[in-house]
Amino acid sequence: MNANDLIYDTITSKKLTYEQKLITLAKLAENSIDVLNIPPRTKHYFETGAINDLAEGHAPYRPRYIQADFGKFLKEGSKFLRLGPAKNLDQALTNLAIIYRHTPSITSFPVYVGQLDELLSPYVDGLTDDEIRYKLKLFLTYLDRTITDSFCHANIGPKATRIGYLILETQRELKNCVPNLTIKYDLKNTDEAFLKYAIETSLMCSNPAIANHIANQKPFGADYGICSCYNILPLSGGAYTLTRITLTELAKEAKSMDHFFNELLPECLKLIADYMNERIKFIVEKSNFFESSFLAAENFISKDRFLGMFGVTGLAEAVNFLLRDKNIKYGNSPQADELGIKIMDKITSIVAGFDALYSPLTGGKFVLHAQVGLDTDIGITSGVRIPVGDEPENFMDHLRHSAKFHHYFPAGVGDIFPIAQTAKNNSQALVDIVKGAFNLGVQYMSFYEQDADIVRITGYLVKRSEMEKYFKGETNLQDTVALGAPNYKASKLAERKVRLI
Amino acid sequence: MIEAIVNKIIPLSVVDGPGARSVVFLQGCNLACIYCHNPETQRVCNNCAKCVKICPNNALHKENGKVLWKKEICSECDACIKICPNFSSPRVAKMPAMAVFDQIQNNLPFISGITVSGGECMLAPFFLTDLFCLSKKSNLSSFIDTNGTIDFSLYPDLLSLTDGVMIDLKSWDNDTYHTVTRGSSLDNDTVKKNILFLLDAKKLYEIRIVCFPMMQPKNVVDALREFLGKKSLQARLKLIAFRNFGVRGDFARSPNTSPEEMQKLFDYCRDFFYEVKVV
Repeated sequence: MNANDLIYDTITSKKLTYEQKLITLAKLAENSIDVLNIPPRTKHYFETGAINDLAEGHAPYRPRYIQADFGKFLKEGSKFLRLGPAKNLDQALTNLAIIYRHTPSITSFPVYVGQLDELLSPYVDGLTDDEIRYKLKLFLTYLDRTITDSFCHANIGPKATRIGYLILETQRELKNCVPNLTIKYDLKNTDEAFLKYAIETSLMCSNPAIANHIANQKPFGADYGICSCYNILPLSGGAYTLTRITLTELAKEAKSMDHFFNELLPECLKLIADYMNERIKFIVEKSNFFESSFLAAENFISKDRFLGMFGVTGLAEAVNFLLRDKNIKYGNSPQADELGIKIMDKITSIVAGFDALYSPLTGGKFVLHAQVGLDTDIGITSGVRIPVGDEPENFMDHLRHSAKFHHYFPAGVGDIFPIAQTAKNNSQALVDIVKGAFNLGVQYMSFYEQDADIVRITGYLVKRSEMEKYFKGETNLQDTVALGAPNYKASKLAERKVRLI
Repeated sequence: MIEAIVNKIIPLSVVDGPGARSVVFLQGCNLACIYCHNPETQRVCNNCAKCVKICPNNALHKENGKVLWKKEICSECDACIKICPNFSSPRVAKMPAMAVFDQIQNNLPFISGITVSGGECMLAPFFLTDLFCLSKKSNLSSFIDTNGTIDFSLYPDLLSLTDGVMIDLKSWDNDTYHTVTRGSSLDNDTVKKNILFLLDAKKLYEIRIVCFPMMQPKNVVDALREFLGKKSLQARLKLIAFRNFGVRGDFARSPNTSPEEMQKLFDYCRDFFYEVKVV
């Protein structure tokens, strides 16, 4: 389809809201120019699907993900936005709602709305729980109805606070998809009752997910945030870009194990590094994003705290394909898992050899991220996850497998588990399991109750009831419904193995 | 070390006490309840070998008068259990506590404790003592799931190693008790004595009542409350709806207790006890 047809189809679409049309048209305009140098071999891998830039666009004019320092903003206000320091909870919530509106990302919506409990704690003294709940409810409803894309993420924890509990309580009532919520859990310091309350909340409304605070501090220290689909990134910074290697597609080109390891993998990885550097160079040197954004001018973000995320996905199918003669499967056989580890070791060492432009925080290196997938992924399992249908019988074996692979991904990785109704009567069991998993090195996990309306697709949340509307051809407020619905079907997510039956 | 006959070990359970637990089921019970969900744990195998002939995988054979089971080739189709006239199972292993614990250790660090159930695990109190010594060393909590017919006050060593006991209250009056337990010669007095004794010793985790119409659960709850007096506010009660799944004999087709009936009972007694749960 040529560009004019795409534009016409977008303008006349029945399935898109006005806002979704506007964003699509902006993307089509961006894609009508070619400013990046893309060599023929890179184009080849784009065609096979081994390289995928997640439709970031042909001429990047903002970083993919931004995690602004909203704490500084609340304390100091913003000249550009003509806002003074927030003096009470109403002002804090209004100011945040304002700055979110002006925080871009690859989706055009804010993918990070901050460490909400820490941000709001200074403003809750003197207010009753009822008063806080009422204000939170208005604020969170506003976010859900105006940030119409569930890649938006809020964080709480690791410290249990009054406002932290109230945020969870409000989520239980609202059952919204936006923002996606993660609790940072510190095995040594977080009050276990807070984790338990969070887990019980997740069995009611599929939120929050749980991040291993100790493990996730390793790359950037305590000043990190979780945004979008499990991206661990520096605060006051973020990620310029994310391009992924789809191992599933790369493996299909391999003539032998040796060809895969010693030719295809090094070549493809190098081309991705070059491609990401092209994008980073354009954002920093040409787009004038950092020169035109008040976020940078007022030091809510800092150019030297951005990085390039090196995405990896489809490890499972790559392993299964390379071992297809042996009739063994990733996640079910030590030999298959060993090959998975060998591939990840190789990727880690090759990527460590590349220089990433404008990335001083990481010492000029890219950071690995287990990419969770696209709506168009068919037969490609997210990151390093075990494919639906191949999950080990024993939940603990599944988690041990996760622990073996999570440590490769400082910029985020995670697993999703539907949980049986029975566990609702014994949430302490999930507390025990999370603690066990984190002790073994699992970095991030999330639960939803098997019959919940809200389900996690690859990391973001979509309501089953909304997906049904999508399949009937109705418009949806949230654009992620249109991404989630096909993925939910294609990846057979309804058949994920239910745990703790 | 003393050996026990182990029916099975479930690596991870969320319905046998607080938190994530591994559960050991021992073979053999001194009762034969009409609603028993795992009747194949009731008796120890008498080597009649009826099951040997029907095993589709030839995983069973008789040697020196004993029925033996080859775990490696068993498909767990349950044909042996279904045919057993003795309410038993050939799929068991005699194990000392150390061997049982070796298997449980594989489930660390995910579990916070172990629960021993049955059959009736209090028929093997010294095995339990051995096992709980080991779990204590690994910082795992130790729970007992019992029908309450064995007097706990006779086993102070075991009790000192035990963190919690879940005890069945099958009825209040002895007549119903004998009917429910299918003519057991035991009566209900030891169960009641144990409830009070364990509550005072702070070892009673929960009292379980299977809500089966014949036993008049509401009357049982009333009688229990009267029996405990003020102490009822320290006791946790679990009301279990009768489900015919797995039940053998006359009651296999009895209707399940409805959620509405369970809710009614819950509403009736929720304030009488420390906590009431319905499952």
